Amino acid sequence: MAKRIDVGGLNAYYGNHKAIEDISMTVEPRSVTAFIGPSGCGKSTFLRTLNRMHEVTPGGRVEGKVMLDDENLYGPGVDPVSVRRTVGMVFQRPNPFPTMSIYDNVAAGVRLNGGRVRKAELDGIVEKSLQGANLWKEVKDRLNKPGAGLSGGQQQRLCIARAIAVEPQVLLMDEPCSALDPISTLAIEDLIGELKERFTIVIVTHNMQQAARVSDRTAFFNLAGVGQPGKLVEIDDTERIFSNPSVQATEDYISGRFG
Amino acid sequence: MDITPATSAAPPPLSGAPAPAEQAKSATRPGDRIFLGFSRGSGILLLVIMAAIAAFLAVRAVNALSHNEGNFFTTFEWSANSTPPVFGIAVLAFGTVVSSLIAMLIAVPVAIGVALFVSHYAPRKLATPLSYVIDLLAAVPSIVYGLWGALFLVPHLGGLYSWLNDYLGWTGIFAYHDGAARSLFTIGILLAIMILPIVTSVSREVFLQTPRMNEEAALALGATRWEVIRMSVLPFGRSGVISASMLGLGRALGETMAVATVLSPSFLINTSLLDPGGGTFAQNIASSFKESGEIGKDALIASGLVLFVLTLLVNGAARMIIARRKEYTA
Repeated sequence: MAKRIDVGGLNAYYGNHKAIEDISMTVEPRSVTAFIGPSGCGKSTFLRTLNRMHEVTPGGRVEGKVMLDDENLYGPGVDPVSVRRTVGMVFQRPNPFPTMSIYDNVAAGVRLNGGRVRKAELDGIVEKSLQGANLWKEVKDRLNKPGAGLSGGQQQRLCIARAIAVEPQVLLMDEPCSALDPISTLAIEDLIGELKERFTIVIVTHNMQQAARVSDRTAFFNLAGVGQPGKLVEIDDTERIFSNPSVQATEDYISGRFG
Repeated sequence: MDITPATSAAPPPLSGAPAPAEQAKSATRPGDRIFLGFSRGSGILLLVIMAAIAAFLAVRAVNALSHNEGNFFTTFEWSANSTPPVFGIAVLAFGTVVSSLIAMLIAVPVAIGVALFVSHYAPRKLATPLSYVIDLLAAVPSIVYGLWGALFLVPHLGGLYSWLNDYLGWTGIFAYHDGAARSLFTIGILLAIMILPIVTSVSREVFLQTPRMNEEAALALGATRWEVIRMSVLPFGRSGVISASMLGLGRALGETMAVATVLSPSFLINTSLLDPGGGTFAQNIASSFKESGEIGKDALIASGLVLFVLTLLVNGAARMIIARRKEYTA
């Protein structure tokens, strides 16, 4: 199920602008890794290179390698579409398909990946995914209602259900709680704790308490100045990053001395 | 000066007049009153003009209908100038609806295809000039389309029609008995080309407005380009494409000069769409207006009123289709 991510010497560009430079790190399977850092430091960009979503931005391109166990995602002949099927993603703002029902939203990825699936089997997948996203009890009586009619927190959990329905190896989350209220945030954080039993999870967050609460490992990104590329400052066990980081800049950021 | 009264409420730095006392009611300045009057007046004027047109058409139409010896809806004849006048719109309604439907069947799929190509497939270097060319098509006057249709399309469609007759002639609809291709089907093709630009450019604008996050949702699930379009772009653009099609249909229903130039009219309903004959409301008005007497003109106005109602119904239907999906387009 869950796979290890091993990134080596990764650069990402927007046109001629280098957004992130020379990033190398390892993400362990069945763990939560949090990316923190000031705005514009490239943590979201880096996240999007992990499922080849960066290159769908006009001008976006990537150098370096991202190994998912033994497979280089940027190797020759690797189809980005199949990469995105193994590395799922949850976005900053909940984005269920507005014209689809709750059921169809969860089933959307399965229908893409598997082509034709038997109805009974699909029902099972939808229920399991919604339960996995702690949403089943709230929506089981209205699976045919539009997904856009749910609250923001429910929509985000719907998006998580949609992402895990296709049984990805890795789940990427780009500030998944930044558009949610504290109670919905708590629900998502609890969910992340459950999901790491099954998936490798990488989460970008602006909320350092959140990083401390949910993650096993934390990576701190920074940039030297405006227009400079973002870099990985350090990655370590979350406890260590928040108590005794090895780089001064990390401590300054965490203790609120800048950023 | 009245248009920019903003300085009169804030403490005026230049004039020495004291600021007006604070009012419980929100202040209305001259600009507000002028704009209110102007916009309200425009709205009323529009309604008055619409009512005047409707009343004019209705009065003249009733006058014609009271003299009609035939059945206005079922008579296959237009002898509005003979005594007694005999006229009916059956042939015109059939020709108008059928030629417009053919135009829609041809133009809408092509327009959606072109719009998707320009908005989601073509590289920007190609997309921009292509958009200009499409918009340019809309600027060609309809009489030019008519001339092109009569001088190029008509002589070149005979071959296609013979071929259609060989394979589909048994349906009756595609039967063709050699002759100038001045038929409803030719009109349909010509109208399709004429409405293509408007349907394409409106659809393109709608497709381009698909929220980025909806497209990324599909991409992140491992959707191919076509699957992204199917899952996020088309559902989002659906109501826009319907509106675009209705704009096109409106133009096709009312198109006059191009049809009058190409069609060889007759007051028969021909089951074969490829054979010459038939007529449309607008074409009939344009062709018959000059040699019409008092009653004849009023009869044409009556037929125009029917076209007016037809267009209204089409728009109403489009709105219903759009509204029915509203729950899903939040």
